[in-house]
Amino acid sequence: MHSADPDLAAAVAAILTHHRHDATRLVQILREVMQQRGYLPPATLTQIASALHLSRAHVEGVAGFYAFFSCHSQGRFRVLFSDNITDQMCGSHELQRRMLDAFRIELGEVSRDGLVSVGRTSCTGLCDQGPALLVNGRAIARLTPARIGALSALIRGGQPVTEWPENLFTIDSHIRRRDRLLSTPLLPGEGIRAAISRGRDATLAEIKRSDLRGRGGAGFATATKWDACQKAPGPTRFVVCNADEGEPGTFKDRELLTHHAQQVIEGMSVAAFVIGAQRGLIYLRGEYPFLIEPLEAVLAARRAQGLLGRAVAGAPDFDFDIELHVGAGAYVCGEESALLESLEGKRGIPRNRPPYPVTHGYQGKPTVVNNVETLLAAAHIAKQGGAWFRSVGTSKSAGTKILSISGDVAHPGTYEFPFGVSMRHILEEAGARDVQAVQVGGPSGVLLASHELERKLAFEDVPSAGAFMVFDRSRDILSVVDNFTRFFAHESCGFCTPCRVGTTLNQQIMGRVVSGHGSRRDVKDLIRVSRLLKTASHCGLGTTASNPITDALAKFRPSFDRRLASMDVLPAFDLDEALAPAREVTARDDAAAHFSEPETTS
Amino acid sequence: MSEPSKKLRVATASLAGCFGCHMSLLDIDERLTELLEHVELDASPLTDQKHVGTCDIGLIEGGLCNADNVHVLRAFRRHCKILVAVGACAVNGGLPAQRNHLDIRDCLQSVYLTGLGVERGFIPNDPELPLPLAQVHPLHDVVKIDYFLPGCPPSADAIWQFLSDLIAGRTPQLGHGLIRYD
Amino acid sequence: MSDAPQTFVLDGEAVEFSPGQSILQAALAGGSYIPSLCYHPEFKPHGSCKVCTVKVNGRAAASCTTPARAGDVVELQSEELQDLRKNLVQFLFTEGNHFCPSCEQSGDCQLQAVGYELGVVSGHYNPLFPTRNVDASHPDVLLDLNRCILCELCVRASSIVDKKDVFALSGRGITKHLVVNAESGRLADTALQLSDKAMSVCPVGAILRKRHGFATPIGQRTFDKQPVSALAIQKAQAKTTDEGTR
Repeated sequence: MHSADPDLAAAVAAILTHHRHDATRLVQILREVMQQRGYLPPATLTQIASALHLSRAHVEGVAGFYAFFSCHSQGRFRVLFSDNITDQMCGSHELQRRMLDAFRIELGEVSRDGLVSVGRTSCTGLCDQGPALLVNGRAIARLTPARIGALSALIRGGQPVTEWPENLFTIDSHIRRRDRLLSTPLLPGEGIRAAISRGRDATLAEIKRSDLRGRGGAGFATATKWDACQKAPGPTRFVVCNADEGEPGTFKDRELLTHHAQQVIEGMSVAAFVIGAQRGLIYLRGEYPFLIEPLEAVLAARRAQGLLGRAVAGAPDFDFDIELHVGAGAYVCGEESALLESLEGKRGIPRNRPPYPVTHGYQGKPTVVNNVETLLAAAHIAKQGGAWFRSVGTSKSAGTKILSISGDVAHPGTYEFPFGVSMRHILEEAGARDVQAVQVGGPSGVLLASHELERKLAFEDVPSAGAFMVFDRSRDILSVVDNFTRFFAHESCGFCTPCRVGTTLNQQIMGRVVSGHGSRRDVKDLIRVSRLLKTASHCGLGTTASNPITDALAKFRPSFDRRLASMDVLPAFDLDEALAPAREVTARDDAAAHFSEPETTS
Repeated sequence: MSEPSKKLRVATASLAGCFGCHMSLLDIDERLTELLEHVELDASPLTDQKHVGTCDIGLIEGGLCNADNVHVLRAFRRHCKILVAVGACAVNGGLPAQRNHLDIRDCLQSVYLTGLGVERGFIPNDPELPLPLAQVHPLHDVVKIDYFLPGCPPSADAIWQFLSDLIAGRTPQLGHGLIRYD
Repeated sequence: MSDAPQTFVLDGEAVEFSPGQSILQAALAGGSYIPSLCYHPEFKPHGSCKVCTVKVNGRAAASCTTPARAGDVVELQSEELQDLRKNLVQFLFTEGNHFCPSCEQSGDCQLQAVGYELGVVSGHYNPLFPTRNVDASHPDVLLDLNRCILCELCVRASSIVDKKDVFALSGRGITKHLVVNAESGRLADTALQLSDKAMSVCPVGAILRKRHGFATPIGQRTFDKQPVSALAIQKAQAKTTDEGTR
């Protein structure tokens, strides 16, 4: 049926062997085939399915789930522009146009010669140095018209991306404020040795004393999670580091894994020691391929130092090692149960809970899933003790929070603040002026208006998983909401009806409103859809997907109303445009072949 | 206190439909005489009056497949206090909307130029002819619709129940057996 | 046997349940209908359609995946929840291409029947009119994805009962769609047979037996005879009685 490609088949066979024909490595296998071939041909899916003893339909299901996989041929150079609002604010759409024009293609198209395709992808976590893009999976930041010109020339030249000048791929670092976690030294092994000498229960007690809560967004008490996992029946346990920071506007885990990977892995080791885990897994988001080699190097160094592997740090009964998994473009995998599904090589669909991962996690075994920053804090707490951490922050939010600040600020980058700091203080340090709004915690978080800047960064007031995007008064809030609405529609996993359909309806209606074709009915429908999303969705993606709309309607209502073309009902589509195809084939252009004035009805 | 007894003016139209809903209206049989005690007809295929005047109720059968459908619908919306989408096509596009996955250009070309048995064909382009829309749409894609009466067609009993409610000033309620989509 | 049965409260009435029953199962067995689409009594529920959403102690939850617990206060018929269910059914009609007048399954379709039950008279939103495949390659089966509501019942039946994995879901979000287990993408090249469980679980008209569509005339079909609520309660109670006498 398909012309056999023996070279590809051999390459795929080698990849399969490298991954020990292990079906839980399916996402990793598909990633590597994508790298080799640029897409996943039908015969390759069949080959992989049969080698892994999976149904072909299952493999096709997984291949179709992740944004970085494609079952159709793409350009030899696949360019994906990061589509966060901060990229957009730095002129990303104009740069896209420039590149599209250079190759005479449109978004989503492959050039006729098969050389290049240009598309968009969700935030790639380079908001402090945007606009950014991925080309064949490799990240390029700080785009300018000149850089786009250079890239276009390189693509035309046809040289593989691996042979492009390395300076193109430099990722800058902007850690601008260090507090407890980022300024306290912690040498490799110090955390785990402290934990071992203190003992399992005493270490857990220190974590408890620290009042550390999960930094990924939900804010669950870390000690409670570890304790529940440790007490769950069965001999096998896992520690998972959630490094899938997909929330648009968040990039602090990228910095932590660049400069503090040792300490994050130290935290995983401490968690493993406390709960009794033998294996750890790092789930790194697919947008950060530049971190794979450095992370593998850190893991190898720790193995060499006796800090991973058998008898970790000399503790005779403590065997623990860590494996790196890389995602493939799916925000929903940041949800811990979806992340576990993805780690198992499946579609990243959030599970039904209970049971929770602490009792039924990776491969059904008790599992602790912690955010990068949580693990970093745990490593320090193991050495410094809980009181050291607890002594900063507020009564309900202990310690510090690391923020990714971007948008209209003079100094975008990573900042560590003690909990309890006011929004105004953060904005001043980052050099924000003339602030109209701040999106704290990313699209799924909260949109604050300028009258709310005395509010505090804290679980009990304004929580944040890390994102902090600033919009000054020159920005159009509706464009911001529109961008976030598109994001959720793109990232909905599609499992449940409310999120699958609701995010798309929101996207369509917002598109109408933002382009000046909306009506009062559209606003009513946005409210109706948003209420359903919030109430009935299966997971946090759906329940928070309408936050930008709900917040903006509450705080920026005049921005909506001013943009409406009518207070009544308007056509949901462009009537005159709908006659265009028939005009074309009939070659008519008379008055009756057009709709003249837009008309309002009651 | 009952409202002053004045006959309600009702207009009807069939857009991209098959007149089946109008036939079903006639199917209320002897109840037609009772109906006519309460309503008088304005523009309607049943009166052959073409232009809609000020009305209390507009009943529209069929969806929107061309420019003329849109003009008639908008005229009805302007003139009718209550506008009702009657039947599957008005409610969701119905059978005509099954062309929506096709490109209308291909449809016209295949029917008038390249289809089997077509000789010296051409695509009609007289300005008198309304141009087809790229897709067929339900009525509520273009104007506000106050009530929906689904069915292909809605049964005579459903229409009777619905109109009785409207005439009496009640929000129409169709129970089991009267709401049907087929 | 001597233990007093456990109960929870459903809209003010006590409902008995046995351990392991979900709220949905216990409600049906007790004679209260909760609308649902992706639930099937023979399969482990997964709660994707959300049409069976209730409020348990004030929190919204899919009743098919929520275990019944003694003393819980469950809200089913409130105006808010009825509107929520209606809205979800409207979402499904808006998402797919559901043209009942031309569908062989009309009258036997659960989506339609639940729509009738909830008083849904329109899709409310602007229909998406997606372009979806129809696969007529199989000698005995027609697969029409225009009508698929992504309940995964065929996926589950083919995997768990038939052990064939004929179906799976691919894509995500609004582009999520059913795929079949063949490199050609054709149903004819899969192991699907008429006798498979996967042939009998589709709640809509997506998987149809060929040459069988009008064996029962319109007007005499399942939901022409009685509403889906009465039928679901009957089935659940027959099952309970059956288990009781065994």
